[in-house]
Amino acid sequence: MSQQLIQGNEACARGALAAGCTFFAGYPISPSSEIAELLARELPPRGSVFIQMEDEIASMGAVLGASLGGRRAMTATSGPGFTLMQEHLGYASLAEIPCVVVDVMRGGPSTGLPTSPAQGDVMQARWGSHGDRATIALAPGNVQEVYSLTIEAFRLAETLRTPVAVLYDEVIGHMREGVVLHEPTPEELGRRTAPRAAFSPTFLPYEPDENGVAMLPDFGRGYRFHVTGLMHDERGYPTSDHVKVAELLERLERKVEPAVAAVPPERYRLEDASVVLVAYGIVARTARAAVDLLRREGIRAGLLRTRLLWPLPAPALTEVSSSAELVVVAEMNRGQWALEVERLAGGKTVLAPYLKAGGSVITAEELAGHVRRLAREGVAVS
Amino acid sequence: MPETHQARHPVKFYQVGSFAVGNRLLDEADRTVQSDRERTNSLTSGHRACQGCGEALGARYALDAAMRATDGRMVVANATGCLEVFSTPYPESSWRIPWLHSLFGNTAAVATGIAAALKVKGREDIRVVAQAGDGGTVDIGFGCLSGMFERNDDVLFVCYDNEAYMNTGVQRSGATPPAARTATTEAVGPEPGNRFGQGKNLPLLALAHEIPYVATATVADLHDLERKVEKAMSIRGSRYLHVLVPCPLGWVAASSETIHLARLARETGLFPVFEGAHGEVTDVVKIRHKEPVEEYLRLQGRYKHLFGSGARPDIVGRIQEIADRNIARFGLVDEVPPDEQSVGKQP
Repeated sequence: MSQQLIQGNEACARGALAAGCTFFAGYPISPSSEIAELLARELPPRGSVFIQMEDEIASMGAVLGASLGGRRAMTATSGPGFTLMQEHLGYASLAEIPCVVVDVMRGGPSTGLPTSPAQGDVMQARWGSHGDRATIALAPGNVQEVYSLTIEAFRLAETLRTPVAVLYDEVIGHMREGVVLHEPTPEELGRRTAPRAAFSPTFLPYEPDENGVAMLPDFGRGYRFHVTGLMHDERGYPTSDHVKVAELLERLERKVEPAVAAVPPERYRLEDASVVLVAYGIVARTARAAVDLLRREGIRAGLLRTRLLWPLPAPALTEVSSSAELVVVAEMNRGQWALEVERLAGGKTVLAPYLKAGGSVITAEELAGHVRRLAREGVAVS
Repeated sequence: MPETHQARHPVKFYQVGSFAVGNRLLDEADRTVQSDRERTNSLTSGHRACQGCGEALGARYALDAAMRATDGRMVVANATGCLEVFSTPYPESSWRIPWLHSLFGNTAAVATGIAAALKVKGREDIRVVAQAGDGGTVDIGFGCLSGMFERNDDVLFVCYDNEAYMNTGVQRSGATPPAARTATTEAVGPEPGNRFGQGKNLPLLALAHEIPYVATATVADLHDLERKVEKAMSIRGSRYLHVLVPCPLGWVAASSETIHLARLARETGLFPVFEGAHGEVTDVVKIRHKEPVEEYLRLQGRYKHLFGSGARPDIVGRIQEIADRNIARFGLVDEVPPDEQSVGKQP
């Protein structure tokens, strides 16, 4: 298959189209606008829907409505818009509404750095909405992966009936690379759950299947049911029964776990590594170069590149924190994912994150310098 | 008395003796605020607006007039958008007034808070102006603005309408006119460009809130704009001013055509210039030389798909219907009695 030279944001839009996205509602915001612009051109001629809404709150609301109506629906935004969407995302998690939200990260908080890269929305993707919300967030590290992980985001959203966030930074969004736009197989597309019986008065829309995913019908299929942001039982009706509520929250958390196996990390020169760099997104690329630099100097470095931020890829992180003498989480924020890795490592290894917030990418030399300094201080043994 | 703002920042005139600087050949009473050497120069030179930017021009005239009307006691809250971006590229600012960049959608609410704080501190002599582009006004900012109107908070809200999201790369807004091409309303299909519909007529929506003053203006008649700002500042409560500001970039027009386009918007009837109060239209600026909408549309690349090969006279006709409806609705053209018409035709 031939490659095409396209931008990260275009790869995202192409991935969405390949994944069968037939509904986009959004609002212009740098550095994500190209996704909306491309889908504004591509969706209507296919009989699909593009709506430019009056703000991000309305955009997310329209996506939820369209999804309940049976569409594969998405929106794309950046930090400030992602902030406005958070209440909806909590609603979508609880009401089990599949949807994909792409957040092309720029510097924050607030209006921040509209055209500079950052990785500052990692915790927002996890805890941006109130309450104990289970969530899935993917982090592509190159333009090809923006394409494939957008398709995977739709699969996870549809099969697990949950919102899925795709987080990448401005550099990946605007970078151009050769990409193979493969057609996804039916397995790669996945199918949404649906009720197994025709409508009857005893029908339970929120009855979970064997994977803990509600078998909710789409509106317009002949079923009468309730969807609500209140805690609900299997009938979909509000409940304040504390046992049922606790069960519901536990089920929603458990049902996103398959994402960990579905989106495995990439291991680079990890076999004998005593120093393990952990990175995602654009930083994973410079971290890979840093590994090569350090190896040439005799430091046994390796890279664990995660493509999944939430739920936490716990097995891989536990593995490297048991085997490595030093783990360096490198990210473009003040230390968000690094704290999670620290929590998971539980004191089994030395952690010395390299953090940089301010609007520029962590370079390979900076990262290698950080490890060299630690090695000189005797922290890392080569 | 605190030292006035003007005294600290004397204005520099770059076009000494030029008529364009502000009608200094006229009687003093008829001169614009801009002709006054003691004006504030609120939005000063050195900003990074495009050549021919209607918004930069409109903002400078509006704020200088407001500063004169308030004797330099004024705070401005500014929504995210072109105006905010081009006037404050890091680490510089072109503002010579107390100025606050809020968020995209909350400017009216932030201005409400400032006005309320000044009120409880007994400093109602300090006035508050909120300003935003059309996106920050009619789309994301509308909820907060409507709330401000409903409470009748003591704020003048100025919308500089360039009819799309120019700052993020020309995407449509709720103020984008029908058939206009933008990055999200491509010139394709049977109805190319932005769709025909009700649009979101914010001046009329403001009027429907029955606030004490609503006005529209264009950068083609800056004296009219200044007069309306001064009038707005003489009133307490919520006031709304909607200024049409052509955008050479987004409208794909020559930068030398900004004033011409603003004038044509008025003279075609596409942009009615009027004043209103408490729910009623109180005055309109009559059309002096009525022009067909085609004259206005042809100058703009965003309507290019309506002309040339594959021309769409039917769509131009529908836009003309909008103009004609405005003319009838607001009484923009005086009905000339038949006997006067015949007199006019005599050599």
